[in-house]
Amino acid sequence: MKFTEEHEWLRVEGDVVVVGITEHASEQLGDVVFVELPDPGTEVTKDDEVVVIESVKAASDILAPLDGEITEINEALPDDPGKVNEDPMGDAWFFKMKASDLSQMDDYMDEAAYKEFVG
Amino acid sequence: MSDALRQTPLTALHKELGARMVPFAGYEMPVQFALGVMKEHLHTRTTAGLFDVSHMGQVLIRAPGGYEPVARALEALVPVSVLGLKQGRQRYAFFTNDSGGILDDLMLANRGDHVFAVVNAACKADDIAHMRAGLPGCAVEEVRDRALLALQGPRAEAVLARHVPGVAQMRFMDVGVFSSDFGALWISRSGYTGEDGFEVSVAEGQAEALARALLSSDAVAPVGLGARDSLRLEAGLCLYGHDIDARTSPVEARLDWAIQKVRRRGGDRAGGFPGAGRILEELETGPARLRVGLRPEGRAPMREGTALFEAEDAAEPAGHVTSGAFGPTVEGPIAMGYLPTPLAAEGTRVFGEVRGKRRPARVVPMPFTAANYKRGS
Repeated sequence: MKFTEEHEWLRVEGDVVVVGITEHASEQLGDVVFVELPDPGTEVTKDDEVVVIESVKAASDILAPLDGEITEINEALPDDPGKVNEDPMGDAWFFKMKASDLSQMDDYMDEAAYKEFVG
Repeated sequence: MSDALRQTPLTALHKELGARMVPFAGYEMPVQFALGVMKEHLHTRTTAGLFDVSHMGQVLIRAPGGYEPVARALEALVPVSVLGLKQGRQRYAFFTNDSGGILDDLMLANRGDHVFAVVNAACKADDIAHMRAGLPGCAVEEVRDRALLALQGPRAEAVLARHVPGVAQMRFMDVGVFSSDFGALWISRSGYTGEDGFEVSVAEGQAEALARALLSSDAVAPVGLGARDSLRLEAGLCLYGHDIDARTSPVEARLDWAIQKVRRRGGDRAGGFPGAGRILEELETGPARLRVGLRPEGRAPMREGTALFEAEDAAEPAGHVTSGAFGPTVEGPIAMGYLPTPLAAEGTRVFGEVRGKRRPARVVPMPFTAANYKRGS
């Protein structure tokens, strides 16, 4: 599993990468009340804003961590955004994407580095 | 802000309870505790929440002749009947400016021979200067050695009555001074959540002991500023500096219910407050815009500043959102804002622009959740 400085996690599953946000990010956001996901099939470039999350406090964007295509979204989240607080590293994944260059993953932190990053 | 943040008598307790502290109106205040905003909100609606509102200004206003001259003087600053306020009662009021805008909103209590006022934290220095300049013959004293706690929710009475049995006899907007194990408590049956509850002024040295005693009840959870904001928004209550300010008149803000007949045209003490020309005129002919409640369709909140449009393709905004959030009890997004009077009718569909997308919202009556005050004879 890899981690971005934007507090996303990336997990390779076969030929797709599953993306969500970390426990740390979900704690910082507070209770999540709204999630807007991209349409499957959307071509994205790294750092495109692809997901909007709103918590009781504020809105934040989730950026595409890699170049590629969104292949699947977590349909359950928009109706049950609170899942992001309950199980951010598991059930509350945001989307799956097919990366056009998996070597972009190498730029990201492993778990130990991320733990150090968040302190 | 370069000045050091001020603390309240409960700051140490908040930190012990794991609060997340933020700067607010010059104070270091808890925005949320362990439960988080959503659960703190729901806990207050279903049982009881304890809020530290010690940052607010507590002010005593006295004159040699007792209550009557103080009330008469205050009526030159507020469009409210202060003379008509009975002993042991409290009333909502606002300071107006010469253009009919609102300088601050506040509570005024008749305490027999003087007035006790509670004003907003961010405005208190200006309010006190305003009163000192505008209340000739009155002594305006800021109470700096007392904390202010709010206990809100359906269980508030049962919990507080264990320590102060007399509060069970109070009705909404009653005030009284009660002796207790925590010294003399200045209590009003009021709040900022739409729930029944009390605001309790306590000597600073006793504040933590009182807070701990209230929190020892399973019914009571500590609640931060985050849930205070969502609770007051669901209750349709204005937040100064957001929903009302120096440019909004009380009539536009639909606070006309707080302007008693005696201060209106034809009343015995009509006018005589700053901005009376505009305010009295608007009471008769109606203002050009009105504060409205909004229910956005879907789940996306429309936050403060969201532009509101009459139609999906309208070029210019017709108004804007002044407070917007997710309402935990409503279980959906809620907002209030201003719209031109013709668009302010209940049921009107308007569009709020969120992240470049026009999303529909409907004008709805407020409060968003039914008030649960203990009214009655």
